[in-house]
Amino acid sequence: MNDLDALEQQSLFILREAFSRIEKLALLWSIGKDSCAVLWLVKKAFFGHVPFPIVHVDTGCKMDGMIEFRDKLAKDWNLPLIVGQNTAALKQGIGPQMGRVTCCEALKTDGLKAIVAEHGFKGIIAGIRRDEEGTRAKERVFSPRGVDSAWNLHDQPPEFWDQYTTSVPSGASIRIHPILHWTELDIWRYIERENIPVVDLYFDNGEGQRYRSLGCAPCTSPIQSRASSIAGIVAELETTTVSERSGRAQDKESEDAFEKLRANGYM
Amino acid sequence: MTHAVLKIVVVGHVDHGKSTLVGRLLNDTGSLPHGKLEAVKAASEKRGVAFEWAFLLDALQAERDQGITIDTTQIRLKTKPRETIIIDAPGHREFLKNMITGASSADAAILVVDAVEGLQEQTRRHGYLLHLLGLRQVVVAVNKMDAVDYRPERFAEVSDQVQSYLSEIGVTAAHIVPLSAYKGDNVVARAKVLAWHAGPTLIEALSGFKSQALSTELPLRFPVQDVLKLDDRRILVGRIESGRLRVGDEILFSPSGKSARINSIENWGGKVPVIAAIAGQAIGITLDDHIFVERGQVGSHPIAAPRESRVFRVNLFWLGNHALEPGQRYKLRLATSEQVVEVERILKVVDLDDLKSEAITKVDRHAVAEVVLLAKGALALDEFPENARLGRFVLVDGYDIVGGGIVASADAEVARLAEAVKSRNLFPVGHRASLEARWLLNGHKGGVIWLTGLSGAGKSTIAMEVEHQLLRKGRQVYVLDGDNLRQGLNSDLGFSPEDRTENIRRVGEVAHLFAQAGAIVITAFISPYQADRDRVRTIQPEAFHEVYVKAGVPECAKRDPKGLYAKAIKGLIPEFTGISAPYEAPEEPEMTVETEGHSVESSVAQLLDYIESAFALENRENESALRG
Repeated sequence: MNDLDALEQQSLFILREAFSRIEKLALLWSIGKDSCAVLWLVKKAFFGHVPFPIVHVDTGCKMDGMIEFRDKLAKDWNLPLIVGQNTAALKQGIGPQMGRVTCCEALKTDGLKAIVAEHGFKGIIAGIRRDEEGTRAKERVFSPRGVDSAWNLHDQPPEFWDQYTTSVPSGASIRIHPILHWTELDIWRYIERENIPVVDLYFDNGEGQRYRSLGCAPCTSPIQSRASSIAGIVAELETTTVSERSGRAQDKESEDAFEKLRANGYM
Repeated sequence: MTHAVLKIVVVGHVDHGKSTLVGRLLNDTGSLPHGKLEAVKAASEKRGVAFEWAFLLDALQAERDQGITIDTTQIRLKTKPRETIIIDAPGHREFLKNMITGASSADAAILVVDAVEGLQEQTRRHGYLLHLLGLRQVVVAVNKMDAVDYRPERFAEVSDQVQSYLSEIGVTAAHIVPLSAYKGDNVVARAKVLAWHAGPTLIEALSGFKSQALSTELPLRFPVQDVLKLDDRRILVGRIESGRLRVGDEILFSPSGKSARINSIENWGGKVPVIAAIAGQAIGITLDDHIFVERGQVGSHPIAAPRESRVFRVNLFWLGNHALEPGQRYKLRLATSEQVVEVERILKVVDLDDLKSEAITKVDRHAVAEVVLLAKGALALDEFPENARLGRFVLVDGYDIVGGGIVASADAEVARLAEAVKSRNLFPVGHRASLEARWLLNGHKGGVIWLTGLSGAGKSTIAMEVEHQLLRKGRQVYVLDGDNLRQGLNSDLGFSPEDRTENIRRVGEVAHLFAQAGAIVITAFISPYQADRDRVRTIQPEAFHEVYVKAGVPECAKRDPKGLYAKAIKGLIPEFTGISAPYEAPEEPEMTVETEGHSVESSVAQLLDYIESAFALENRENESALRG
């Protein structure tokens, strides 16, 4: 087994563990490269089947092409897709002008909580990785959340020898992170090897820029890059010292903005 | 493109400089993201505190406020020829569980010791835990050499102290490096002020360590994670923990003792069929025979099966808020299996200050102890030194993982140790226990599996085998059949329709008494009349499961295990069901087991599947179409 195989096999183990141990699972699909890779891993873990719903929290301001990509892949792969939206907040006119963190919490965190409550999901699979950002580095593979989806990062359960916390009191839930141990570079190498579809926004289309991390249009900016293929991205990442989420404005509202977002249930 | 990653855990006493060391490693190996150092320095200035290397890691506000690292973080170092992942473990005593979380996945450890303070309480504790966790590659960093003026004499003193402790607990340090994380001496760059040290720098010491090798050469251990029912196939999924397997291999499943051959190794999306798999692979296989297999069983080759044991001696570390005491019960999880265990006795609690082991009656939070555990049902396991993957476990109390340990011994000696316990009721029930309390103790619900069908359909054979299988798993189960009832309680009854009805009525009442005591009762009676079975159902409808064991008269007459059909056809037995008396097949049975054209094994597996899901306590859910 090479290093990508080892990462993949561990992820398959985690996904099957979640499916075997937790009732009412759902996979959170942001349409970004990471959750597309997780989607592919789910198909591998269950031999072509997707045995639980795929949830997309639509903020109504995703970047051009993301929604089309979502709908096409959902059709091609016959995905049990659930799209959720915090319509009440959108009607009130919530947007980044009211503060980026406030906007993220209303449209993403609350949007997700509403879907979880409506469907009674006990486990939410999310494609976050340790190397993305400092607070995600501290995550567990199976991360229990309180009744209001809150993350108690100061009192996380022990997790060792692949024995996970798989049951929580009624009303609480568990986030499952099957690619926590992967890096951005691993993900691209894997996408290349497995030929996993991703949104075109990741590639330079001749204008000398591309998106490294995808989010909502108002809060996501591109990076200067000539990488127009996965090989180009891989070569770029091997030497870069710029952080992956540098184009994500909500992280930078204050020094601890992202930590606060996550403690309140952000993915 | 095989490049293994080396995972390192950094442990040691609080304030001995672990985070500083990791911050320094990040910087000096060129692993920091652009601008990160400047950003953290600027943030420190803004907050009016002097910059510290540890701030780099303490990305969280709360940590900076408290001045200690709270949780394990995993940080990548751009080292050649392979990357290094540093797991920064906290030194604060309260956060031991995070240290174990980090250290359990590491290949090697850096034990940081303050040159001024020398060996301290957590230096001992962490050292001992590294030993328990099976970490054998250790480098000792004698930090803060700048604070002792880089004196070789002080280094020698601390080295001796550490080395003598480590040798007591069976750990050998590969190197002991004098360094100053704060100044960057001997971390990556060799320091002139430490020129008297002939050994490697820290980074050189690390480069000599190996990534943990997967145990492909050990006997096969394939713990079943799940049984998926897909496209009319049953796929057993799980990860090979050690060894290897091939299509065609005979696989023995423990503790059930059933075996079958591998029909296929599933390879969705793959272009060529997979014929073999090795340790580390998460695979799905199909078998050539429908035997009963479920999560928790361990597949192996028959010649090198794991041990099956209910009693074993373990070394464990305790993380629970409440002390561990004899008589208490926990869920034990080993690979994918789960069993209720009782703490049979505490052999000793290790006092880390002087390593004296004292006989004590309880194990407090953060203590390390040697304990004998008694499981409700047999577990398939290995002793830790033989096969670490199947020789380690966690204990769960309620929702929480409260401890971990390794199986030191599961041999006859341990069984003798617990011999005295055998006569004692393992899980006693108080007189005023509710039905639910009985279910909780048993680990499953009680109820009646009512087998009905013609003589020779296979009722008794299936009942006895199912009982045997359930007993092995620690279930409370009992079979009622003609042999044990007609000879005693029902000895006054014959085979007239009235007597048959009365026979069934009594069997029904007795079965439900057993069910109320919490047991799974399997009855094996022809019970030919629907009305009689319906009457039994009304005693306690939710606990009654009617199972039609189906085979036609010609097939049963052909089997004729007791020669009864032959006699009945000759008219020697009056009112013989199917020949000279009617059989009313169930109208709406909970399940039908077809025995014509199917093996006993397959019928037994079918019924076991049903019982395991119908009598499960916690609804182990995901009742989707996939559930096998």
